[in-house]
Amino acid sequence: MEPPAVPEEEEEEEEKEGAVPLSMAPGPVGCQLFGYVGIEAVLDQMKIKTMKTGFEFNIMVVGQSGLGKSTMVNTLFKSKVSRKSSQPGQEERIPKTVQLQSITHGKVTTTGLCPTSPWDKQGTGLGACSCVHSLKTSPTPGALLFPNVSSPLTHLCPTVIEEKGVKMKLTVTDTPGFGDQINNENCWDPIIKYINEQYERYLREEILITRKRKIPDTRVHGCVYFVPPTGHWLRPLDLEFMRRLSRIVNVVPVIAKADTLTLEERAEFKQRIQEDLKTHTISVYPQEDFDQDPEDRALNDRIREKIPFAVVGADQEHQVNGKRVLGRKTKWGIIEVENPAHCEFPLLRDLLIRSHLQDLKDITHNVHYESYRVRRLNESNRPGLSPLNGLPGKGEASSHL
Amino acid sequence: MVPEKTRAAHDETSEEQRSGKTPDHEKQYVGFATLPNQVHRKSVKKGFDFTLMVAGESGLGKSTLVNSLFLTDLYKDRKLLNAEERINQTVEIIKHTVDIEEKGVKLKLTIVDTPGFGDAVNNTECWKPITDYIDQQFEQYFRDESGLNRKNIQDNRVHCCLYFISPFGHGLRPVDVEFMKALHEKVNIVPLIAKADCLIPSEIRKLKERIREEIDKFGIKVYQFPECDSDEDEEFKQQDRELKESAPFAVIGSNTVVEAKGQRVRGRLYPWGIVEVENQAHCDFVKLRNMLIRTHMHDLKDVTCDVHYENYRAQCIQQMTSKLTQDNRIESPIPILPLPTPDTETEKLIKMKDEELRRMQEMLQKMQQQMQDQ
Repeated sequence: MEPPAVPEEEEEEEEKEGAVPLSMAPGPVGCQLFGYVGIEAVLDQMKIKTMKTGFEFNIMVVGQSGLGKSTMVNTLFKSKVSRKSSQPGQEERIPKTVQLQSITHGKVTTTGLCPTSPWDKQGTGLGACSCVHSLKTSPTPGALLFPNVSSPLTHLCPTVIEEKGVKMKLTVTDTPGFGDQINNENCWDPIIKYINEQYERYLREEILITRKRKIPDTRVHGCVYFVPPTGHWLRPLDLEFMRRLSRIVNVVPVIAKADTLTLEERAEFKQRIQEDLKTHTISVYPQEDFDQDPEDRALNDRIREKIPFAVVGADQEHQVNGKRVLGRKTKWGIIEVENPAHCEFPLLRDLLIRSHLQDLKDITHNVHYESYRVRRLNESNRPGLSPLNGLPGKGEASSHL
Repeated sequence: MVPEKTRAAHDETSEEQRSGKTPDHEKQYVGFATLPNQVHRKSVKKGFDFTLMVAGESGLGKSTLVNSLFLTDLYKDRKLLNAEERINQTVEIIKHTVDIEEKGVKLKLTIVDTPGFGDAVNNTECWKPITDYIDQQFEQYFRDESGLNRKNIQDNRVHCCLYFISPFGHGLRPVDVEFMKALHEKVNIVPLIAKADCLIPSEIRKLKERIREEIDKFGIKVYQFPECDSDEDEEFKQQDRELKESAPFAVIGSNTVVEAKGQRVRGRLYPWGIVEVENQAHCDFVKLRNMLIRTHMHDLKDVTCDVHYENYRAQCIQQMTSKLTQDNRIESPIPILPLPTPDTETEKLIKMKDEELRRMQEMLQKMQQQMQDQ
């Protein structure tokens, strides 16, 4: 087929009056350009704009207490920010860019959301407050060992991290008390409810007549699930949780505290987990169904072979061969967190931040949010609903699986 | 002169022994100092038995530790369950018996395993099968002991329970506390911190303190090492003190032998180093093994017999007698009692006779009164 040698604008005109009806057109016809048009400058414009507005990223960490979730998040975002040169010969605690320590175990009891909304009127929300809120009433700290309520969620106010001029508004949601009780049935319900509430909020904003230019995005983009390193298999609790949540959010399972497994045990454990996930048809991130082209698929296949990543978290630095590295110092050696031969933390960090961050957000927006929206709009398909009125009142706000 | 004399005396002694007469210097010597040797010889012939229970969540290294402790491979035929089988798994009790012999001393070792404990989503009362098992063994021993033929009683009572605490938490979990409270009056509980190679030394210290505090707080009676006698030597006392201070033991187990510093040792090979199981600086495995096998095995058995079994027996008998006085029909908790159990007819007869006796006694008393008044 000979490509018509015409510039862009003329091609559009041709399509409008062309003989071929649009329904039968095979798709936009590629055409050759004679000279430099400047289309690629769009990329630069996009880049400048996004740098001005900044990114939002919300992740949630779930797992039994003591698996190193807080340490892991600190390590993730600490290792991203450039470190200032430190005094040699001293063990240094990482200055916390993300205030996670304050959200463990039963803090402030406010039901509902924080009254001081972290977002300003334009919805860019670059201010960060240092308070901590619970979305449910949480018990007193002393009684946390046997809380009667199922796990409360604590939501960290967005903190802004900046690197090379790019600002990211990061929100981390922790789930203390998950799976710690004797009877853990339905311990996943508060988490599912929280995720759906965020979708609901976004939906309401979207449906308004005069809606904001940039809707504040509190939807959970990724949920990191910490599997205890038993070395045998996934426990029933893990399976139940992942099955329910992989339908509504991107779940990234990781093997926590992996320094207790030797390399062979690690490989066996991973294989068994992968088999388990397949048997129960749990699709974790990166999901096979959403691979867009063969290139993506190849890349994601390589990642899928290694899921779940065996990670070790550390927040102390030690001297190894004259360098300062993050690690854990034991009597038989130092476990370096960023050494790929020791653990797979670099892979997790690259996946979550360096390569697939935008992909996580896209899938959340295009797939999970859309299916929530379809469900909600079908449910509320009655006379009272229209974009004019917004969605019906609070009583019907929460949907559940 | 003296040496000659004693030598001569010795020669005399042997001569006299051979001729059947008691030598002089042995006349003040009764000879029961040899009793321990006699007991020793008899026990060696008879052999010992020991029942050890291991309990804890899956994946904490229980089987590996048992293999390391007794240097056997009890679990080589174990097959891990697949996904479907695991969904409906309940707590089971599995016994492995193995006969070990070392330097002529035989040990019949029984390991009671509890797969499935604490693994389900809802773990309410998951310790019930375990308490039931322990009670059953006590009941059986009670029956055998009260029976007519007591020659070959098999002692299947659980002498010690190693409870594995997960190192990934911040102390005891609710399941741990409930389990230990349900069992601390039935069996000797020795809590252990499992898979201690994921903790750095400061974390181990903190965790041990935390666990000790929580054990005190919840009033759990774990197995206490007996005090050593004041006439033991300093070294022994020092060891004993160290033992008590390191409870709960942080252990690591291994099925594999690796090469470390030119020696072949039991250990785990990591990219960052080698963990040696028998190195006291790495973990408390050696302390546990010494305590369990070399120094305190007999004490564990004694405490089981004297304390836990007696508690059970007392409770049982109390229950029986209270029921006897309450009901008309006798319903003994133990189906076969060696005591003569009167059936309903004779019971009624006995009661009638009792009534008659009482009435006659009353009449007698009245008559006596009347006589006195007169």
